Amino acid sequence: MDIFVVGLSHKTAPVSVREKVAFAPEKLAEALHQLAQSPQLAESLILSTCNRVELYAGGPDCGAGIRALKEFLAHYHHLSVDDLDGHLYVKQGEEAIRHVFRVAASLDSMVVGEPQILGQIKTAYGHAAEQGTVGLILNRFLHKAFSVAKRVRTETNIAGNAVSVSFAAVELARKIFGSIEGKKVLLIGAGEMCELAARHFVNNGINRVLVTNRTFARAEKLAEEFSGQAVLFENFPDHLHQVDIVLSSTGATRFIISPEMVQQALKQRKNRPMFFIDIAVPRDIDPRVNDLNNAYLYDVDDLQGVVNANLKERQREAELAEQIIEHEIGQFQRWMRGLDVVPTIVALRNKVEQLRRAEVDKTLGNLKHLGASERKAIEAMSAALINKILHTPTRVLKQAQQQEDEEAQLCVDALQRLFDLEIAAPEGELKSMDDH
Amino acid sequence: MNILLYKVSLLLYAVTTVLYLVCVIQNRPGRDRWARIALLSAFAVHSLTLLMRYLEAGYTPITNLHESLSFFAWTIAGVFALVNWRLRMNVLAVSTATLVLVLMLFGSVMPMHVQELNPALNSLWLPVHVGLAFLGNAVFAVAFVAGVFYLLEERMLKSKKFSALYYRLPSLDTLDMVNYRCLTFGFPLMTMGIISGAVWAESAWGTYWSWDPKESWALITWFLYAALLHGRLSIGWRGRRAAIFAIIGFVFVLFTFLGVNLLLPGLHSYSSMAGS
Repeated sequence: MDIFVVGLSHKTAPVSVREKVAFAPEKLAEALHQLAQSPQLAESLILSTCNRVELYAGGPDCGAGIRALKEFLAHYHHLSVDDLDGHLYVKQGEEAIRHVFRVAASLDSMVVGEPQILGQIKTAYGHAAEQGTVGLILNRFLHKAFSVAKRVRTETNIAGNAVSVSFAAVELARKIFGSIEGKKVLLIGAGEMCELAARHFVNNGINRVLVTNRTFARAEKLAEEFSGQAVLFENFPDHLHQVDIVLSSTGATRFIISPEMVQQALKQRKNRPMFFIDIAVPRDIDPRVNDLNNAYLYDVDDLQGVVNANLKERQREAELAEQIIEHEIGQFQRWMRGLDVVPTIVALRNKVEQLRRAEVDKTLGNLKHLGASERKAIEAMSAALINKILHTPTRVLKQAQQQEDEEAQLCVDALQRLFDLEIAAPEGELKSMDDH
Repeated sequence: MNILLYKVSLLLYAVTTVLYLVCVIQNRPGRDRWARIALLSAFAVHSLTLLMRYLEAGYTPITNLHESLSFFAWTIAGVFALVNWRLRMNVLAVSTATLVLVLMLFGSVMPMHVQELNPALNSLWLPVHVGLAFLGNAVFAVAFVAGVFYLLEERMLKSKKFSALYYRLPSLDTLDMVNYRCLTFGFPLMTMGIISGAVWAESAWGTYWSWDPKESWALITWFLYAALLHGRLSIGWRGRRAAIFAIIGFVFVLFTFLGVNLLLPGLHSYSSMAGS
C-alpha cells in the first residue's frame, strides 16, 4: 500500500489551465464516486481550490495508480493527458507525504503561512469521508497532515506578522500602543482602502471612531456604519488631540495635516503617542510629522515596506516548519510500515495456532486414557512452546518497524513467503494489537 | 561556603542568560519556562549566598566592593524577576541577566574573603541605608534597560527599517510603562536611601550632610530623577525623552556607586577595592 499525489498549482499552471480542471463543489460527490471506480485506487480524495487541484490516493501499485489519477483528471474535464502533463506534478511515497504536509502547513501557498488552505483541505477530506472514498490510510494521513499543520502554526511564527497593508497598520498600532483597545480613530476622507483599514481596526477592538469628510453627508453615513461620530471637515483639527490613530485618504492635492497641527495636538494630549496612516496619493499628511517625538507617520510605501519585511520574516519561519515536517514524515512512515508488520504478525500467529490446535487434537484423540490434568498440561506445554518460538520474531519485527531502514519490509516479505501467509486487509489501528 | 555558593549563582546567572538568549532567537511566545526557572533558581541560590555570608560574617554583607557588587546584582535580579513576572519581556531578560552576570563577574575578581567589620559600620542603619539605596538603584537599572530598548524600537518605527530585534520587542507603550513604574518605585526608594543615610550620618558623624563625593553625586542623581518625575507628571515627558533620562540617570547611578568608590576618596570609601 502506497500513497501518491497528482496535481497542479499556481506554481505549475496558469489560471487558464487551473480553471479547466477545477471541480465544482456541487459535482464533487459524483466525481469522487467516479474516481473510486478505478481498481487501482483503494482510497482517494479530491482537493480543488482556486490555487490548486490535487488528487490524493492510496493503492497497491504506485505506477498504475498515478496513471489512473492522471486519466481521471483529464477525462473528467474532457481533456487529454498530454494537455495536462506539462503542468502536472506527481509525487509518491515519502515525496507525496512531504507534499501534502507542506500544503496543509501552508508552506506551498501563494502567501506562505496564510491559513485558508488548511480549512480547504479539511473540507475536501469531509467530502471524501462522506462519500466513503477514504479508508484507513488516507484517514490517518489527512489527520496527521492536520496535526502537522497545527504544530507548525503553534511552534513557528509563520502566520505571526501581517502580510496585507491594512493589517500591517493594525500591527504597527499594537507595536506603538500595546493594546489598541479603547483607542480612538479619526477617519479623514472615505477611500476604499481607508474604510478597509478602519474596519480592521474596529475588528481588533477599537470602538471609538470619528469620521470627517468634505461632504458631511458621506461622513455621517460612514460614521453610522462604524457607530461613530461625524465631524465637520473644517473642524477636524480641533479634534486631533483626542484621537490616537489618524487614517487619512482624501483627494486633496495639498497636505491637510501639518507638523504644527500635530505638535499642537501632542501638546494638548501631554505627548501621548499618535499614529498617522496616510493612504492617500498624493499624500495628505506632511512627512515632517514623522520627525516629531511621539508621532509616527506611515504612508502607503512605508506600509508596503512593512509587509515585505514581514514576508521575509515568514520565510525564515518557514525553514523551521520544514524541519518539523521532516520529523513528522519519519513518524508517519513508521506507522505506514507498521501497517504491513502488524497483519503479518497476526497472520503468523493464527497460522501457527491452527497447526498447534490440529496437532494437539490429533495427539489427544490417540491418548484417550489421559486424565483432565494431563490433557491440560499438554495444552499448556504446546501453547508455551509456540509462544516461545514466536516471541523473538515478533520482537524483531516490531523493532524493525521503529527503524528508518527497509529492514521491516524485508522481514515481512521473508515471513510471508516462508510461512505462505495470507494477509487480510488491515482494518484496525496499530494500537488494536496487544502485546504478547 | 558562601564563596562556593557565589560561584554557583554566577554559573546559574550565566545559564539564565543563555536560556533567555535561546528564547529570544527562537521567538516562540510562552516558551520561556526553563529560562524563568533558571532565573528564579539563580536568585534563590544567590539569596542563600547572601544569607550564608551574613551568618559567617555576623553583619550585613555590603561593606566592601565584592559584597556591594554581589548585593547590587542580587537586587537587580530580584527586581527584574518581579517586573518580568507578568510582562514576560525576553529581550529585556537577556540584557538584564547579562548586566547581572557582568556585575557578578566583577564581584568574583575582587577579594572575596570575609573581613573584620569596620566599627564605624557596625549599626542597624547599615542594612537600611545601603539596602534602600541599592534597591532604588536596581529599579533604575531595569528602567535603564527598558529605556535602551525603547530608543532602539522607536528608531526602527521612525525609520521604518525593521531588524530581527523588532519582531522580538514588546510594544513601545509597555517599555514606556516599565520606565514609568520603575521611576515611581525607584525614586521613593532612592529618597529614603538618602534620608536614612543623612540620619545615620547625624548619629555617626554628627552632621546630616558633609558633601563628600558620594553624597554629592547621589544628590545630583536624585535631582535628575526628580526632574524626570516632575516632567513626566506635569508636562508629559514620556517616551523618548523619558527613555533618555532613564539612561543618563543610570549612568549617574553607576558612577555614584562605582566611580566614586574607585576614583574619589571620601567618607564613604569603606568599599574601595581593598575594602579596608
